[in-house]
Amino acid sequence: MSAIQILFWFLSALALVSAIMVLISKNPVHSVLWLVMVFFAISGHYILMNAQFLAIVNLIVYAGAIMVLFLFVIMLMNLDKTSDPQKNWWMKLAGVISGGCLLMEMATLVRQAAEMKEKTVMMKQGGIGLIGNLGKLLFSDYVVPFEISSVLFLSAMVGAVVIGKKN
Amino acid sequence: MPIQYYILLALTLFSIGIVGVLTRRNAIIVFMCIELMLNAVNLLLVAFSKMQYNLALTNNKATIAGSEAQLFVFFIMVVAAAEVSVGLAIIVMMYRNIHSVDVNFLNRLKN
Repeated sequence: MSAIQILFWFLSALALVSAIMVLISKNPVHSVLWLVMVFFAISGHYILMNAQFLAIVNLIVYAGAIMVLFLFVIMLMNLDKTSDPQKNWWMKLAGVISGGCLLMEMATLVRQAAEMKEKTVMMKQGGIGLIGNLGKLLFSDYVVPFEISSVLFLSAMVGAVVIGKKN
Repeated sequence: MPIQYYILLALTLFSIGIVGVLTRRNAIIVFMCIELMLNAVNLLLVAFSKMQYNLALTNNKATIAGSEAQLFVFFIMVVAAAEVSVGLAIIVMMYRNIHSVDVNFLNRLKN
């Protein structure tokens, strides 16, 4: 077993365990911290595939900005005690069963697909994930979506201020 | 690494997100599970991008096939950030009005 494989299995196990802990922890603050853990594991996967730009952007945007926003909102609301007041076991069971059915069905499909056999992901090398290549592409072929996304950010900013304002 | 491992990992993360959306009733946790599902899709897109690059590399050494998928992931992150800011503003407003973030109270949006 090479180092890449060990890292792959370790990061996968970390991501899955943290994702399950997001669901089952009672305190919303703990959920946020476990979700940060998931994002770190996914960033590790990006680095393993040599997608360095996305790894850093994932850390800055998701683990840095979005999760801090979640944390601020949770602490603003002061609801870290009772997140789920009444238990409804049947609904939870139904949710878990339907999610498991989806997972089982799609996993069977993937395992049987002949197209996906013998295709491998290039690990640790390959220069398409570096910022030089992506930046060149982003500012030449994809400059219109880039500019449109700035308009999207402006509208989201205005929307957040308008919605959050006390009337 | 075979692509199937990555597909199964992303599928499992996505299913965990779906189970969270279906079972939890705290609106913030539901929102976090949506972020989890977005990240599972991002991981799968990056894996497919490196798979395409690996396939195209046998024919052409100077290829940049698969870069589009990584730019797509970048735009998904942009949209997710915009979505989170508006969604959290909506949750804060909902908490201010009904003093709870339970999604079961959202079945009557009128009052």
